[in-house]
Amino acid sequence: MKSHRWYTPWLLVLPALAVLGVFSLWPAVNTLLLSFTNVQTLTGGRFIGFANYSRMWHDPQLWDAIVNTLLYMLICVPLLTVLPLLLALLVQRTLPFMGFFRTVFYFPVIASAVTVALIWQWLLNDRGLVNDLAQEVGIVHRAVPFLEDRWLLLFSAIALTVWKGLGYYMVLYLSALGNVRRDLHEAAAVDGAGSVSRFWHVTLPGVRGTTLLVSILIGVSAMRVFTELYILGGSTGGIGGQDVSLVFLIEQYGSGFNGQLGYASALSVLLFVLTAIPLLVLARLNRRSNQL
Amino acid sequence: MTATTSTLAGKSTSPATHTVQRRRSRRSSKFDAVTPLGLILRYTTLIVVLAISVGPMLWELSTSLKSPIEDVFAATPRFLPQHPTLHNYDVVAQTIPIWHFAANSCIVAVLGVGGNLVGATAAGYALARLRFRGRRLVTGLFLSTLVLPGEVTIISQYQTVTRLGFGDSLIGVALPGLIGAINVLLIRNAFQSIPDELEDAAVIDGANVWQRIRYIGLPNIKGVLSVVAILTFIGAWDDFLWPLLVLQSPDKLTLTVGLSYLQGQFSADPRTIAAGAMIALIPILVLFAALQRYFFRGVGEGAIKG
Repeated sequence: MKSHRWYTPWLLVLPALAVLGVFSLWPAVNTLLLSFTNVQTLTGGRFIGFANYSRMWHDPQLWDAIVNTLLYMLICVPLLTVLPLLLALLVQRTLPFMGFFRTVFYFPVIASAVTVALIWQWLLNDRGLVNDLAQEVGIVHRAVPFLEDRWLLLFSAIALTVWKGLGYYMVLYLSALGNVRRDLHEAAAVDGAGSVSRFWHVTLPGVRGTTLLVSILIGVSAMRVFTELYILGGSTGGIGGQDVSLVFLIEQYGSGFNGQLGYASALSVLLFVLTAIPLLVLARLNRRSNQL
Repeated sequence: MTATTSTLAGKSTSPATHTVQRRRSRRSSKFDAVTPLGLILRYTTLIVVLAISVGPMLWELSTSLKSPIEDVFAATPRFLPQHPTLHNYDVVAQTIPIWHFAANSCIVAVLGVGGNLVGATAAGYALARLRFRGRRLVTGLFLSTLVLPGEVTIISQYQTVTRLGFGDSLIGVALPGLIGAINVLLIRNAFQSIPDELEDAAVIDGANVWQRIRYIGLPNIKGVLSVVAILTFIGAWDDFLWPLLVLQSPDKLTLTVGLSYLQGQFSADPRTIAAGAMIALIPILVLFAALQRYFFRGVGEGAIKG
């Protein structure tokens, strides 16, 4: 029995497919094409081969961006893989107020990066709360230039990203913890395993897949950082212009009337290649664990 | 929330009743009984984390309520405003059309929610429940864009939107997110988990595709739909990079872009910036707190796959 006319599925799929084609698939192809041209926002361009790509080698800001990205990953991946898991274990039990804590821990995730960066900017200001308290307690005697120093600004942005990400990964872990087998916990407890031992031998193996996925997700999002740096350091990327990220440079080169779309597109292709690496690692590891 | 169940189930001795009761409340048995010390430690840690996560927001709220005569830079910071006032909210509204920006953000967010609920549901249903040639290919196309971070195509997207004549417009901001590939796939997965028999029976009864979506499909995927709606609204409200690229006219800015300009104008007065930040922050937190039940329930049902 025929349940529908032949064109019905296409009518239903068409709007979504059109948006996908025009705003995702075509731009993906077009980005690659543009990266071999010197097209600007207002003027057409021509094919210039790999000139944009060789230009990247000699772009000092790009090297800054890559160093920043590596540091971002180095700090964010371990912190955001471990801390949210501990947080999830804390709020997972059915005790009073757990729903409240869970919801409130998610607030930094809900807030826009612009808002929380403005909040942090005020906190880390020369005369802001953090400096006030630090001087009061006597840890430091002069204001710490969190937002002026090239490295301190980067670390402030990283701290902001970690703070904002805790709740997000906590929720991912919560749904994974729900699937950890209850009987294993009980069997271990009957055999006399303490709670620490059960964490290492039951909980951790149970969420290993999620841990791996979470760390890959953090790695990818560390490469996509933009707003934190843009608000904390201003549109110049800090005083020396060194606190930039790849996305930051893509925005800088690609926007405005003098936008160098060709070079911005080459940077976009680089971003894609870099983000693809962790995803390929994930696919590889998944395949291996399936074979075992 | 279900604190009493742990003591109830802890007393049960027969393993059979144990399992039955546990199905209702998962965390409940003797081995993870709560000790007073454990409880104190747990809640202390939770309160410290709470202070770290909402403390900065509360400090900003307090700053936004401080009057011009109160020294916000005082060496010994006061957490409560001495003479709370809404004056700073007036100042920020006089400086930038912030309520207009908020309305713009709302328009973009509502367009996104509407577009996704209608468009992604339609596509998700077809991909999950209707057989047609090319179904696998179309599904593959949606899947393929998941590995493509939005930032990679953003410059080319900007070029496309401008060429279509939607540059510097709210429509232009809303268009690329109108039907998200991830939402199509989430809704498709939800439709797929509805038993075939239910729909087969409806087909035999002569229900057409529209009736099947309306009376069999939608009631069964409410959880996923609410998560899609909540996440789409928040995503649009919070988005920064894309509207920053698309919008130039001062009267068309969304809230996040407007705030980033405010910051440049007002590096002098933290109170005004704080008031602006609160206008962006409070509505979205209230909305989330009101809907969090649906959100976490939907997440539990697998709307967000890790």
